[in-house]
Amino acid sequence: MKILADVLSATVVFAVPLLLVALGGMFSERSGIINIALEGIMIIGALCSCLVLKALDVSGFGPEHPYLGMSAAIFAAAVSGAVFSLLLAFASINLKADQTIGGTALNTLAPAFAIVLTWAIQGQGQTTILIPTWIRIGSAAADAGFLQRFVFKNLYLTTPLAIIILIASIIVLYKTRFGLRLRACGEHPSAADSVGINVYSMRYAGVVISGILGGIGGLSFTVAAGSGFQSDVAGYGFLALAVMIFGNWKPLNILGAALFFALFKVIGSYAGSIPFLPSFENVKSATYIYQMLPYIVTMIVLIFTSQKSRAPKAEGIPYDKGSR
Amino acid sequence: MDYVIEMLNITKEFPGIKANDNITLQLKKGEVHALLGENGAGKSTLMSVLFGLYQPEEGTIKKNGQVVSIKNPNDANALNIGMVHQHFKLVEVFSVLDNIFLGVEPNKLGFLQKREARKKVVELSEKYGLHVDPDAIIEDISVGMQQRVEILKMLYRENEILIFDEPTAVLTPQEIQELMAIMRAFTEEGKSILFITHKLSEIMAVADRCTVLRKGKCIGTVDVKNTTKEELSRMMVGRDVSFSVEKSPVKCGDTVLEVKNVTVASKLHKNNAVRNVSFNVRAGEIVCLAGIEGNGQTEFAYALTGLEPQSEGSFTLCGQDISNATIRERSKLGMSHIPEDRHKHGLVLDYSLAENMVLQRYWQPEFQHNGFIKKDAVRAYSDSLIQQYDVRSGQGSDTIVRSMSGGNQQKAIVAREIDKQPELLVAIQPTRGLDVGAIEYIHKQLVAQRDAGKAVLLISLELDEVMDVSDRILVMYEGEIVGEFESGAVTVDELGLYMAGAKRQKVGEVVE
Amino acid sequence: MIASVISILCGLIIGMILLFVFDADHAMYGMKSMLTAGLSTKAKFAKVLYQSAPLIMAGLSVGFAFKTGLFNIGATGQYTVGACAALIVGIVFQMPWWVALIASMVAGAVWGLFPGLFKAFFNVNEVITAIMFNWIGLFAVNLIFANTPSVLANYYGATNADRTAALESANPGAIIPKAGLDVLLESNYMNISIFIAIGFAIIMYVILNKTVFGYELKACGLNRNASEYAGIDSKRNIILSMVIAGALAGIGGGIYYLAGTGQYTIEKSLLAMGFNGIPVALLATSNPVGTILSAIFISYIQVGGDAMQPEFAKETIDIIIAVIIYLSAFSLLMKELITSVLSRKRRASATDSTDEGKEDKQK
Repeated sequence: MKILADVLSATVVFAVPLLLVALGGMFSERSGIINIALEGIMIIGALCSCLVLKALDVSGFGPEHPYLGMSAAIFAAAVSGAVFSLLLAFASINLKADQTIGGTALNTLAPAFAIVLTWAIQGQGQTTILIPTWIRIGSAAADAGFLQRFVFKNLYLTTPLAIIILIASIIVLYKTRFGLRLRACGEHPSAADSVGINVYSMRYAGVVISGILGGIGGLSFTVAAGSGFQSDVAGYGFLALAVMIFGNWKPLNILGAALFFALFKVIGSYAGSIPFLPSFENVKSATYIYQMLPYIVTMIVLIFTSQKSRAPKAEGIPYDKGSR
Repeated sequence: MDYVIEMLNITKEFPGIKANDNITLQLKKGEVHALLGENGAGKSTLMSVLFGLYQPEEGTIKKNGQVVSIKNPNDANALNIGMVHQHFKLVEVFSVLDNIFLGVEPNKLGFLQKREARKKVVELSEKYGLHVDPDAIIEDISVGMQQRVEILKMLYRENEILIFDEPTAVLTPQEIQELMAIMRAFTEEGKSILFITHKLSEIMAVADRCTVLRKGKCIGTVDVKNTTKEELSRMMVGRDVSFSVEKSPVKCGDTVLEVKNVTVASKLHKNNAVRNVSFNVRAGEIVCLAGIEGNGQTEFAYALTGLEPQSEGSFTLCGQDISNATIRERSKLGMSHIPEDRHKHGLVLDYSLAENMVLQRYWQPEFQHNGFIKKDAVRAYSDSLIQQYDVRSGQGSDTIVRSMSGGNQQKAIVAREIDKQPELLVAIQPTRGLDVGAIEYIHKQLVAQRDAGKAVLLISLELDEVMDVSDRILVMYEGEIVGEFESGAVTVDELGLYMAGAKRQKVGEVVE
Repeated sequence: MIASVISILCGLIIGMILLFVFDADHAMYGMKSMLTAGLSTKAKFAKVLYQSAPLIMAGLSVGFAFKTGLFNIGATGQYTVGACAALIVGIVFQMPWWVALIASMVAGAVWGLFPGLFKAFFNVNEVITAIMFNWIGLFAVNLIFANTPSVLANYYGATNADRTAALESANPGAIIPKAGLDVLLESNYMNISIFIAIGFAIIMYVILNKTVFGYELKACGLNRNASEYAGIDSKRNIILSMVIAGALAGIGGGIYYLAGTGQYTIEKSLLAMGFNGIPVALLATSNPVGTILSAIFISYIQVGGDAMQPEFAKETIDIIIAVIIYLSAFSLLMKELITSVLSRKRRASATDSTDEGKEDKQK
C-alpha cells in the first residue's frame, strides 16, 4: 500500500507539469499557432521562478512565508513564460514565419540562455540552482495512512493551482465569448476576420496563455524532479505536445492523457520497488529500459489516436489579412 | 436622388495588379443593384472594400451622404452593412447558432448567453422562411442551408445594406428563384441589396440597376429595364460573344469507359458519397455529369482517377479493368485528368512551367535516361506545348507557375493532359474561375477531342456549360444518378428539378 | 544568401550585446577569441574542419528532409545510433573504418525509417515521432554500451567504464585515414572526413537537381497532392526521404567517433551535434553545396566559443545559433520583401499590366 500511495502521489506531481503545459499548447493551437517552443518556455519559466525562490530563500522571506514565496515564484514563472512566448507570437503572427522553425529556435535559445545566466549569477561552472525545501506543503510521516501519504507526500502549491486552471480552461474554452472566438481563429481565421474578430490579437492571446501555463509548468516540473534546476526539463515540453495530441485538443482528455503518461514515467523510476515489474536481472543498467518506456508508450498511443484525432484546421498556417 | 451607399472613385491595388481603378458605385435605398463582371474584373475586391476587409488607396465611401471610414468588418457592421461571401465564412465544426452570433455574441461579463440568441434566430428564420436547425453542425448541413445561415447572420445583425457575392453559384434553378423572392422581400422592407454575379439572366430577373466592371475599371451603370442581355454582355466582355459552342453532330464509337455499380464512402459523414453509380462513355461523345456542388461528383472523380479508392464497383477503361489500378497505370492506359482544383492537384506551383509540363510524363524514356532527367528534352517539349496551346507566361518554360495567371495555368494543364493523346479525358470543372476568352478556348479543346474520336467525361456545376458542351447529360443527386438525357432533349428548368432531387427517372441503367 | 548573411550578423551582434551585459570588462576579449580562434593556429583550423564534417552530414540530413517537406528534428537521434553502430562494428567486431561507416549509415537509416513510416501510414507528425525517437535512441545506445563490456574503455586497460574505448588501443584500423593531413595541419584531429562529407554533399546535390528521384521528392515536398495526382507514390517518397536523411545523420555520427580522437560518453541529454544540423540547413536554405559553407561557419564559431571559456560559458554560441535559426524562420519573408521592393521600382517605369488570374489568388 505504501508503494501504491507513493506511486500515485508521484504520478500526480509529474502529471501536473504535463497537464499545465499541454493545456497551454491547447490554447495556442486552438488559436492556430503550433507551439513547439513549449520546452523552451518551460525552461525559461523554471529558470526565473527558481531564481526568485533562491532570492527569497536567501533573504529569509521565503522560509517565513512559504505560501507567499511560492506564489511569487509561480507569478515569476507565468510572467517570464509569457514574455518569452511573445518571441514566438511575434515571429509567427506578425512576420508569418514558419512556426516549427521559430519554435525550434526558442528551444535552442532557452537552455543556452539559462546556462549563461546561471553562470553569470552563480559563478563559473555552477550550473544548478537549488530549490529550497520550504515550498513543500505539509509532509507525510513514515507511518502515515494511505490517503495522507498520497496527498501530502509530494504536495506543492502548483497541484491545487493546476486543478483550478483545468476547470478554468474548460469554462473559458467552451462557455465564454473569448473561447468561442479563439476556437474560430484556429479553425477558420478568415471567417473570424469577416465578423470583426481581430485574428492577430486572438492568436497573441493563445500564445501568451501557452506561455503562462508553460512557464508555470516549467516550475512544477523542476519542483517534481526535485534535484534543482539544471537548465533542462528533460523533454517534458515535447511530451506535453504528445499529451495534447493524445488528448485531442480537449481539456478533460488532456487530463487523462497527462495522468497516463505520468504513470508510465513514475513506473520507470519506481521499477525497483514495484514487486510485479520485471527487474531484468541479466541486463546491466536496466533503468534505461524504464527511461525509454514513456516515449515508446507515447508512440504506440499516437499510432492508435492519430488517425482519429482532429487538429484545429488552420493551425500552422499564418493568417495574412491583406493577402488575396 | 438619395443614395444609401456611395463608393466614389475607389482605387485598390495589389502587388502587380490594379484590382479596382477609379470605380464609382451608387446604391439607392430599396433597390437590387447588380454588380456584373467577369471573373477577375474586380467585383469581389470592390465589395471587400465596402465591407472593410481591404483598405482602398484612393476614393471615398459615403452613407446617406456622409463620408464614412470602414476599416474593418466591425465598422461595416456598425453602418448596417452585411455580406454573404462567395466562399462561405462559416466555422465548420461550430453549430449554426454559434456561427450566427460569432462576433456579436450576447454575453454577460464575457460569458455566452445563448438562450436569447436562439430565440432571435428562430424568430428570424420563421419570419423569412429561412429554415435551419440552430443546433446542427455546419459541416453536416447542405450548401443551400449554409447559405441560409449566412443570410441569417446579416439579419441577426439587423443589416440594412446586404451584399450577396455570387450567391447563386451553389444553388439549383429552383433555389435561385426562392433566393430572388427573399431578396425581393428584403427590398420591400426597405433594405438595399448589392448583388454580385456574372449571370445575365439573373440580373434581368431580379435587379433594378446594374453596374458593369471590366478589368478593374467601371464601364457604366444602366437601368435593367432599358437594356438587353446582349448589351450587358458586350459591356462585360468588351466584344460580342457567341455563347453557343459550335459542334458537329455526334458520331459515337466503342465504349471507352464503363462504370459499374460504383459506391464511394464519404469522408464527412456516415452515408456513402457515391451510391451504386453505373454508366458508359463512348468514343466521340462528351458526357456531362451535372449536379449541385456536394452531391458526390468530387468523390466520384477521385475514385475514377485513382486519388481515393471506391468501396464497391468497377471501372473499365478500353476493356481493361482499372478498379484497383494505380494512378500511373490509369494514366498509361489512356486516362487524362484535368483536376477540379488546379492549385491543389494540377500543378506544383513552385516548379517551373517546363517541370509542370512533364508532370505526368517525366518518367518516360523520352524525358529521362537511367534515372537522370533529360533537361534539354523537357525544355524542348515544354516550348513546343507553350507555342501550340498559346500558354502565356513571363519567361516561357522557366516561369515559376505560381506567378502565372489562372487562365494560363489552366491552359498549361489542358495542354499537358490533351497532348498525352488520351483515350478518355476526364475534365472536372475545367472553366472554374476563368474569363470568357479562356472558357471559350477550353470548350473548343474539349469539342476538338470529341471530334478526334476521344471519349470526354465532363463534370460541371455550371448549367450553361452543361447545356452547351455536352452530348449526353447525367444528373447526380445525393450520390446517385437520377436522370439521363440526350443533349437538347431537356430544358434548364427540367434539369434543375432533377438536380434538386424533386424528380427522378426510372432508367434501366440507373435503377436496378 | 543575403538573408543568411543578415541572420548571421544579427546573431553576432546580439551575442556581443550579451557579452557586454554579463561581463563588460572581458567582452571585447571574448568577442575577439570567438571570431578569430578558428584561424589562430593550424591546429585550431584543423579542429574547425574536424567538427565541420559531422555538421555537414547533419545539415545535409535536415536539408534533404526539408526538400521533401519534412522537418527532421531527429537528426540527433540518428546521429547517436549511427555513432553507436560504428563503434560496435569497429571495436567489438574489429572491422575496418569503412565497414564501420557503412554500419553507421544503416543504423541512422533505420532510425530515420520510423518517423517516415509513422508519417506515411499513421499520419503522426514526423516532428513528434522524431523527438520521441531521439530519446529512445539515446537510452537504447546507453543500454547497448552498458551491456557490451568489450566496447568500453576499461576492457582495454583504461579506468573508465562510462565511455567507449579509444580506437587507438582497441582497433587502429577503424580510424578514418589521415592521409598526411594530420602532419600538414599539425593536428591529430585532421583526417579525410571533411572530404567524405563534401563528397556526400555533391552526391545529394546531383540527386536533388538532376535525377527523376529528386524531381519526385521535390514535387512531393512542394505539393503532396499534386505529386499523387502525377502518379508519384508519396508515401514511398516520404519514407525514402526520411531513410536517406537518417542515413546521412548516421554517417555524421560515425565520422565523428571514427576519427579516433573522441570517445562516446554515456549521456543523459541529447547530443548537440545533430541539432546543429538545423541551423546549418537553414543557413544554407537546404542547398547541399551551401551546407558545406554554413557547416564550416557554425563549426568555426563553436571553436571560438570554446576559446571564450572560462570567462564566458560556451553556450553563448548556442544563443547566437538560436538567433540565427529564429531569423532564418522568416528569411523567406525577407527575401520576398527584397524582391517586392525591387519589382515595385521596376513597375513604376512600366505602366500597363494585365492579370486575369488575380481572383484566383484570392481563394
